[in-house]
This record gives sequence, C-alpha cells and structure tokens, in this order.
Amino acid sequence: MFRKLGLKLTVAVGVIALVTIGIFAYFNSRNDNRSLLAEVERHANQLSEAVKSSTEYDMLLNQRERIHETITRMGTQSSIQRIRIMNKSGAVIYSSDTAEIGKMVDKKAEACTMCHSADTPLERLEMKDRTRVFRIHPDSARTLGIINPIYNTRSCSEAACHAHPRSQLVLGVLDVTLPLAEVDKDIRQGQVQVFIFAVAAILALSLIIGLLVTRWVAMPVRALVEATRHVAGGDLNYVIPETRDDELGMLARSFNNMTRKLSDARLQLVQSDKLASLGRLAAGVAHEINNPLTGVLTYSSFLMKRAKDQPDVQEDLKVIVRETIRCREIVKSLLDFARQSVPKKAPADVNDIITRAATVVENQLAINHVRLVRELAADVPPITVDANQLQQVFINLFVNASDAIGPDAGGGAITVTTSRLTLSPVGITQIKQAQCPKRHSLINTEVRIDGKPSIRVKAKANGNEGFIYRDPMFGMSRHQFGVALEPGMAVQVTCPDCASALNVEASPCPQCGSATFQFEVPSRGMVEGCTNRACTWQRWAELERLGDREFVEMRIRDTGCGITRDEIPRIFEPFFSTKGQKGTGLGLAVIWGIIDNHNGTITVESEVGKGTTFVIRIPVEP
Amino acid sequence: MKTPRDLLVVDDEEVITQAVLRVCEADGLTVDVADSAAAALARLEHGTYRLIVCDVMMADVDGFAFLAEMGRRQDHTPVIMSTGMSTMENAVRALNSGAIDFVPKPFTADELLTAVRRGMNYAKLQHAAAAMPGTLPDSIAWVPCPPDYYRLGFSSWLVQEPAGTVKVGVTDLFLKTLDAVQLATLSAAGYDVVQGASCAVLTAMGGLEHSVLSPVTGRIVETNRAVAAAPAVMERDPYFEGWLYRVLPSELQYDLQHLTACSSDRL
Repeated sequence: MFRKLGLKLTVAVGVIALVTIGIFAYFNSRNDNRSLLAEVERHANQLSEAVKSSTEYDMLLNQRERIHETITRMGTQSSIQRIRIMNKSGAVIYSSDTAEIGKMVDKKAEACTMCHSADTPLERLEMKDRTRVFRIHPDSARTLGIINPIYNTRSCSEAACHAHPRSQLVLGVLDVTLPLAEVDKDIRQGQVQVFIFAVAAILALSLIIGLLVTRWVAMPVRALVEATRHVAGGDLNYVIPETRDDELGMLARSFNNMTRKLSDARLQLVQSDKLASLGRLAAGVAHEINNPLTGVLTYSSFLMKRAKDQPDVQEDLKVIVRETIRCREIVKSLLDFARQSVPKKAPADVNDIITRAATVVENQLAINHVRLVRELAADVPPITVDANQLQQVFINLFVNASDAIGPDAGGGAITVTTSRLTLSPVGITQIKQAQCPKRHSLINTEVRIDGKPSIRVKAKANGNEGFIYRDPMFGMSRHQFGVALEPGMAVQVTCPDCASALNVEASPCPQCGSATFQFEVPSRGMVEGCTNRACTWQRWAELERLGDREFVEMRIRDTGCGITRDEIPRIFEPFFSTKGQKGTGLGLAVIWGIIDNHNGTITVESEVGKGTTFVIRIPVEP
Repeated sequence: MKTPRDLLVVDDEEVITQAVLRVCEADGLTVDVADSAAAALARLEHGTYRLIVCDVMMADVDGFAFLAEMGRRQDHTPVIMSTGMSTMENAVRALNSGAIDFVPKPFTADELLTAVRRGMNYAKLQHAAAAMPGTLPDSIAWVPCPPDYYRLGFSSWLVQEPAGTVKVGVTDLFLKTLDAVQLATLSAAGYDVVQGASCAVLTAMGGLEHSVLSPVTGRIVETNRAVAAAPAVMERDPYFEGWLYRVLPSELQYDLQHLTACSSDRL
C-alpha cells in the first residue's frame, strides 16, 4: 500500500514537473529564437542601408563599374551570402554573384512576392515585411533576405544622366541575403541545452520526492503497519520508536499510547482472572493439605501430652508441633490472600492515610537517604475505603520504591501526589452482576469477552434459537451471537434459566429499530440492549444519570532503577519478584487485590534507570 | 436397644477419624467413626451419641446437608463442625446452621479436646433440661439473652448501642460449658476483630484454652477491664456487666445476616 502511495506521489510530481518545465522550456526557446532572428534582421537592415548609402553617390554619377566593384567586394564577406540590385523591370543589374547579372527575376520569386503579390505592386513596405526567411533548397540551411527599395529622389531625377523620369517612384530594389546557418546552430544548441536541463530537473525532482516520501511517509507508515501486525498478533508490548514530531510521529505516539492502555486493561483483566483461579487453587490446596496436616498435628500434639515423663522426647515433639503449626499459618495466610477479606470500608481522607503511611516508613526511608515528597491536593474528596488496607498499600509501595532506589544510589526521592479527576463511566464500567426478573444470574463464565464473564440471554426468532453473549463492558459492543438475527426481526429474548421474557415491548432500538431487551444489574438499575448484531446501541439509565464518575488519583513516583517492559505485565502476579531472595512476591499481588476490591485500578509506568510510577484510581462513589 | 456412646466422628479421611479416636479415647470417651455422612446417618439409626464431630467437606453429602438431614430427623445430638476450608464464612455458616461449635483444621489434640469437652458439657446440660418436665426436647436451661440482642451460635452475643458501636460478650450457655473460667485473655482497644474468628481466650480449670468467636467485624474501642481482672463477672452477669468489648463495627448490616436474633429464641 505504502509502496503504491510513494510511487503515486513520485509519478504525480514527475508529471507536474514535466508539464511545467516543458511549457517553460518551449516558450523560453521560442523567445530565444525570436530575439536572435530579430537581431539578425536588424543587422541585415543596417547592412542593406550601408550598401545603399555607399553606392548612392556612384549611382548618381552613374559610375556602374564602381558600384559593381563595391557590391562584389562586400559580397565576398562570409557573413553575407549575396547582394544584388534589381531595376524596376526585374532585371538584376548588380550582383555579388556575377553569373546572375542581366537575368530577369520572376515576380513570383521569393524576393519579390512581398510587393508583387497583389496586382498593383506596393510602393512602401514596413520593416517587418521587408525581411523573409527561406531555404534555397529544401535541405540547405536557412537564409534571411532583406529587400530595400531604392526610391526616386530629386537628386536622381535631376541628375545629369536623367536616367529616371520624375514620375517613377521606385527605381529598383536592393536585395541582401544573409546565411542563417550560424544562428540556426546557436538556436539548436540552446534547444538541446534546455531539453537536457528539463530532463535532468524532472528526474532530480522525482528522485528527491521519491526519497523524501520513502523517508517521511513510507518508512513511518511501514513501521505503523508492522506495529498493527504485532498488536493484532497479541504483542501489546510492541512500541514504535517515537523519533518524529510530524503528524506520523503524533500517530505513532497515540498508537503507542493506545497499545499501552490496551495492555494495562488486559493486564487488569488477566490479573483478576488469575487471582480468582489462584483463590480457587489456594482453597483446594488448603483443604487438601489441611487434612494430612491435621493427622500430623493431632498425633504429634497428642504424643507430646503423653510424653510428659520423657523430657527429651517431648522437646523433639514440641519442634514437630511448632513447625506443623507454622505450616498451618502459612496455609491460612494463603487462604486469607485468596479470600482477600472483604474490605472494611468507611469514608476516609486519602491524604491522612498517606501521611500515616509516611510516618510508618520514615525511618526506613531515611536509612536509604530517600526523601518522601508529598504533593497532596487539598480538594480531594473523602472516599469510602478500608483505611488500614489502603495504608498497607502505601507502605508497601513506599518500601518497594525505597528498595528500587537502593542504598547505593546515594539517595533519591519518592513523590506521592493526590488529585481528583472525572472520567466517563462508558467503556470503563464492567457489568459484574446481571439478572432476569426472577433473579437468575445471567453472568456466564464459560464465554468470556476480553477475559471477562459475558452476559448470556436466549434469543428466538423465526424458529431459530440460540444464545447472545453480551459484552460485560458497558459501552463496548463485542457481543457474540450464537443465533442468526436479521435487523428488525421479531426476536424473543428470554432468561436461559427460567424463560422469563426480557424483551422491552413497544420500544424499538432508537438507532436501528430492532427489538430491544433488558436485564437488571442489582441495585444499579436496568441495562437495555439491541438484538441487532451490527447495532451498538445500549442504555443504562442509572449509570448515565450519574454522569461522569469522580475518581481520586494517587501517583507514587520514585527515582529508582525502574522495571523493564518485559517485567511490567508480570509484576502484579503472585510470587513474581524482582528482589530475588529478598521478597516473597506476594506484595504487589495483594495490593492489586485490595485496589480491585475497592473497584479501583492500579497501573504502572516505568523506565529503566529513571524510575517507576504507580497510578491508583479509586472511585469517589463506591 | 440403641447402644449409648459418647462421640461419633464423621470424616472421609481415615487419618483424621483415627487421630480423633485416639485423642478422645485417651480422654476416656467411647468413640465411633463414620467415613461419610451416609454411614453416620446409618450409625445414628442404631446407636445414640452424646456428641458428633463432623467434617464440612465430604465426598458424598457435605456437613451442612448432614446437619439439615439431622434436623429433618428431629435428632438433637449436638454437632461440632470442622473443615480444612477454615474460612470465617464456613465457621459462621456452621454456627448459623445449628452446629454448636466450629473447630478449624488442622487442630492440635488440645484444641480438639477443649471443643469436645464443651460439647460434652453442652450435651449434659441438654439432657438435664430434657429431664425437666414441661420443656421442649431441644431447649436447655440457660439464661436467654435479652430480646434486642443477637448471638453467634451459642458462643457470643452483640447488642447495638445508640452511639453506633456494639457491645460484645459471651453467652451464658458457652460459659456453662466451660469448667470455671480462671483467666480471660482479651485484646486491647485498637485491635481488629473479624466475625467468626477468635476474639478472646478463656482459660478454664485444667488449663484448657477456649476461644470465643467474635460475632462482629470491626475495631475494638474499649475492653472491659472488670472482666479481665475478675472473669467471674461474666458468669455472674453475662449479658450486662460481663461484656467483653465495645466494638466499632465496619459492616454491621452484613454481619447481622449471620446472627440469630435472641427474640427468636422466645417463640
């Protein structure tokens, strides 16, 4: 595609250059031609006047020999082809070509037609009409001829010889012809030069445009196409180098921004899914381990009671009991993690929580020479949170940041900022609960859309029936249809469990006119949707009534070592740690769980060597 | 004629039934084992037991279904529930479904014994009540908690206060199943308590430690010093003077769903 685009642009520029340079070259060459010819004409005229005046005196004296001599001599000059004088009856009287003398010139000859084309010959001729350009033979060089009429003057009619009566107006004509071979050569040379210049200019322009298009358009577009391929293939970490400031650079930046947002969203989804499966796994493991552990603990503690009179045996048994109880605590903490006990929420001021967390870690930060800078907005509204859990989040993040800066960096800074911001709920609100009028859940965990459980309803039309799996993200329309429905068809939508009707009667879709249906999100009102696969209409009056949602945003920025791009998607996974043996790896997973329990989001931005920023957003209305 | 025995242990893991058997026989109790709820119900056809220790997660019928079946059969044998899935939800659900106690797995011999002894004492009280004329077979002689109180099983109670806090204490019946409380180990103000988790430890005669399960989730704002100083206050006046904590609840409405209103005991 971009190849074509580059080629098209190059060809277009080439054609435009060809036309403009061609027209310019044509007119330029024609002008050159004209001015050269005019110059030659002027020269010929001067020459003819010179011949006329140099022979005039001899004519008056009728010294024919002298006239003949003058004309023959002048005619020998290479720049003059021929000089001749004809009398009124057309006989050549003088000529530099002596063989011609005495011959009659036909009125139709090229030299005579200017005056003699009409029945009565002209007596006065304009300058431009006196010259003529002709070829003696079709393949000889061009020749310029100039006619100079010799008029009867007083001195002629009153001269001693009385050769010319007074009534005669024109006595004869002086005809001078000059060869144009040199001039033609100049003209041709000029034309060749212009042609070469034009071709070179067109080629150079096309080449330069081609190169620039390749460099400025084709290459960045190719990078973009490459990036879309990577993203389509699932690699959301692919980044286009942002080296340019033009529109394509902006496109690359917004593309990168888009993939980062997508990647964040996917991370959150995968994370919630993973934590849910981990919870199930942990619960299963806890049950499986606790049974054998019960055997060990009961027998060993029982033995310990019975071995009261054997202190050495009792000491050993104590170790077994103590260690088994330790196992029990580990399993319990795993269960606690999986369950992530329901947060005990109450309205709290985030700034206070941050200040409290800061007090806890102050000493630890001081050891690493890390400054904790607080930029807390005064207008942050109170949010309903579990203050203890949130404090734990901040303590963990501060300690992580301090570890990332490390003791060898000679200090650093952690900046924590709070602010309020407003975001539209459309496209970011997940429908987590959905039910039919008889309170059957419509949430389907088998068909997931973008990793989230879909909302399943049964649809029936024209004897066909099947399921519609709706996108759980309100505002998105990645629904999956298991039944063929035509727009505008009469469709019955029902609950898959109890067959209660979900149709909204007499309320066709305002966008496409197809049948609509609705389900309830407990305590958050009804969500309406359209049965037309191609239609994106949906309405959640309750959510839309609330308008944009207010969030409190908390950013924790450090000047530490940063996280590599490869690691970012994994940092919220349980047991993932960049601290090697130092950390247990549960920290960020727990933080993620806490923020998710508050219906919030946590994302991370990081650059290796520059630092890391964690961004937490929690809705003001829970 | 049904053979009377002390204890029936129901668990699909043999190592656990055997462990319980060993510990309890060593304590002088007669014990039968069943490896499934069905086997346990079959045993209940032929024998009587003073107490049943039952696992929640079993392959065929789970512990809750077993409790429900016993209710249908009008069998009032007290049941202690136990599970490896020792979540607070399971504990609360067990107590709410009619179990008299909940012991999380894995347990030590002592933890098991304290629960079993309390159960035995409960059974004794139940028998004594049954022997009295004019009482229903499942009711026992105890000081009922006041009508506006709520209780978690027969372990603990709470009452709402106008200030938004709740008072928490131990039921009369729980105290009666213990052998004279010697020491009450209470948490200090500022600590968090979780519904269904231990909030206090009462040490009875003989050194056995009994955990009191909290009826509410929240933060302790005040501890009753009188009880810590002299545990006998609880036994004298369990519902008023003998309170343990004043707690600022975090999700009271949620917690109340898992409690039994004391007014319902008066039907």
